[in-house]
Amino acid sequence: MNHTAKDRPGDAVAFVDERLGAARGMRWLMDYVFPDHWSFLLGEIALYSFVVLVLTGTFLALFFDPDTTQTVYHGSYHALQGQSVSNAYASTLHISFDVSGGLLARQVHHWAALVFVAAITLHLLRIVFTGAFRKPRDINYFIGVTLLALAILEGFAGYSLPDDLLSGMGLAIAWAVAMSLPLIGGPFATALWGGRFPGSTAFESRLFIAHVFLLPAIIGGLIAVHLAIIMRQRHSQFPGPGRREDNVVGTPMWPGYALRSLGLFAAVAALLVLMGGLIQINPVWLWGPYHPYIGTNGAQPDWYLGWLIGALRLMPNLEIHAFGHTFVPNPFFGGVLFPGIVFGLLYALPWLDRRFISRDYRRHDLLERPRDNPRRSALAAALLSAVAVVFAAGSADRLFFQFGFGYEGAVWFFRGAFLVVPVITYLVTKRVCAGLAREQAHPLRGWSGHVVIRNRSGGFDADAEAIELDTAER
Amino acid sequence: MSRVWKTIVMFVLWRTGGLRARGQQPEVDPSERHTGAPAWAELLVVAVLLLVPVAALAFVALFVLDPNTQLLGLALGTTLALLACALVLAGRWLVPQETKVEQRPRLADPDAAREVTEQAAEGVEGITRRRLLAGAAGVAGAGLTAAVVIPVAALGPGLEEQLRRTPWRAGRALVDEQGNPMLAADIIERSFQTAFPQGAGTAAEGGGQEDLGSPVVVVRVDPATLRLPAERADWAPQGILAYSKICTHAACAISLFRDPLSPSTESKGPALVCPCHYSTFDVLDGGSVEFGPAGRPLPQLPLTIDSAGVLRAAGLMSGPVGPSWWGDPS
Ligand code: FES
Repeated sequence: MNHTAKDRPGDAVAFVDERLGAARGMRWLMDYVFPDHWSFLLGEIALYSFVVLVLTGTFLALFFDPDTTQTVYHGSYHALQGQSVSNAYASTLHISFDVSGGLLARQVHHWAALVFVAAITLHLLRIVFTGAFRKPRDINYFIGVTLLALAILEGFAGYSLPDDLLSGMGLAIAWAVAMSLPLIGGPFATALWGGRFPGSTAFESRLFIAHVFLLPAIIGGLIAVHLAIIMRQRHSQFPGPGRREDNVVGTPMWPGYALRSLGLFAAVAALLVLMGGLIQINPVWLWGPYHPYIGTNGAQPDWYLGWLIGALRLMPNLEIHAFGHTFVPNPFFGGVLFPGIVFGLLYALPWLDRRFISRDYRRHDLLERPRDNPRRSALAAALLSAVAVVFAAGSADRLFFQFGFGYEGAVWFFRGAFLVVPVITYLVTKRVCAGLAREQAHPLRGWSGHVVIRNRSGGFDADAEAIELDTAER
Repeated sequence: MSRVWKTIVMFVLWRTGGLRARGQQPEVDPSERHTGAPAWAELLVVAVLLLVPVAALAFVALFVLDPNTQLLGLALGTTLALLACALVLAGRWLVPQETKVEQRPRLADPDAAREVTEQAAEGVEGITRRRLLAGAAGVAGAGLTAAVVIPVAALGPGLEEQLRRTPWRAGRALVDEQGNPMLAADIIERSFQTAFPQGAGTAAEGGGQEDLGSPVVVVRVDPATLRLPAERADWAPQGILAYSKICTHAACAISLFRDPLSPSTESKGPALVCPCHYSTFDVLDGGSVEFGPAGRPLPQLPLTIDSAGVLRAAGLMSGPVGPSWWGDPS
């Protein structure tokens, strides 16, 4: 074929296209349309935090020594000079004090992990409250919920690696929870740890390979599938002029969205680096090395574990013993059953919604606002509030302590709140949603007033009927 | 003309959120495209882009000369923030602003789906004992699973020994973290000590400070206040008591002693409190659970005082140390 100079494709494009036949795919990608709404950025923030995690984590892995063999510390942190610590702990101190940029990388990594789980959680709430989990997005929703669970697990594995006091206390509890698993608990925990807690030195290696390879590889793979499914189905969108079930309205990938999204990436990275540089997090040298016989009061885990600590705390001392055997050890209730129910409900949500809440089996690509489905919003808010109460029970102890309020009182308070708050939340949310739906006011923009319309004779009408007529025409 | 008004009204309603979310919207075409970058924007983006390498160089210089965490973070953070500004400005002001409408793909293709079902059915055409075959495949799978899983049971028999062993034996002296024998005279009321068994070997040999069976908490109370069960009457010489330091709830170290009385607990007696989930064990009556989630009392170690005044174990722990597991014999 003969090309004139004008319709010859660009050199780079031609290079790729002639070898891979990729031009059509590239066109498709450049035309891909992203609906504009701020809440759609939450998932992107999670994605970009993950990229930051991989980059900083790779740097850290170059220096970290996953070995719990004891050694004598001779680094530049004077307070621990000559103390017996594990190689894992010593190398964490080495990264923090002796590697250039090491502490920055550690702190950015830690902040990024907190933001990663937070962004996924908020993204999940957006999906739940706008009904974005409905057909055809239910499969992708399951992947998303799985990603949340894996992100929590991955975060906990990382938090446990440095072998500082908080790591060890967290792992002790994790071991007890693993032991409480039905039937397999004892052998499973013993096999995983290589013996009774604190286990053999192999356990640290297992934790390490899980944290730096197995879990990130699974998370990365699932993210890829998650994005591929979104692109296959196109984004969902909120209703608006010209937006229908069968189209997508928004900014195309090239050039507007690509630039904006890269800008978001840079902004997320900038924020995380600034936080990592300026806000101290997890100063392991202050907690000290872990030994099973040491504990401390006021130890706070990473925020995404707060709800599990809270659940373990609120559970009354029920333990089922029969025929000379233990059948249900207590940590099972708070550490396995409670998160199991919460994640079970999340996984079941598309089915529950189809079958009981919305009674709607159709495909939906237009989103609902929370008020459009008061029952679902109220149920979701109730579940969220129950988890929030348990979360508060895991993290508000310092607050109660400040006010000289005994921990027994605090525990009873939260046990009561766990039963009462979800009911109140359900009723209030339902009322608020119904009210908003009736008045059609926007809660954030707070608009009130009249729409003024110019009439045929040239005057102006502030006529509510005109609006209704207009919408009634459809 | 009325179409224009309609559009304006719809726009106002849409901007103010007054639009009903349900139902089909009136046909409007939201596509638009505006081109033409203002001159100031082009210059601004250039200026911001030129600042990026300045900040990046500052980061490099700091890294080489003075790798101070705060300054490094500030420099790299600023570099990235400038980059973010440039990208967002370019996205907003330089490139064409475009709203496009894309047709959503129809996912389901019932004809193709039917063909797949039919083709799948053809794959087993002519086979009469389908159920039997499926059953046999199921049995094969179950057998394979069992064969792979059964070796886990090999961990079973030794499990109890592994998870319950403790190096404490009658006569073993209590030593502190440095290995110095613990003297009864050194144990004072309202404070608590952590003790380990003397000469119990390393963790690998079933002893050592890292072993869950080792650490005990030693406290002294007024002997008159003790409410120990009758068979433990002589376990607390001079009111000195020893309990396993490992919480029976979830294996945290019990590191709080509620005896230096805080105002909120004045009415209650001395107790050991686990900081993890607040399991509270009464030290006066043999470690029963007074509050919190622990399902079993804290194991007590019987004590004696030898002629040199050193604390020694007078027997075995009163019960299994550490958390329970599913099916454990206790
Ligand atoms: S580990 Fe002691 S209360 Fe949970």
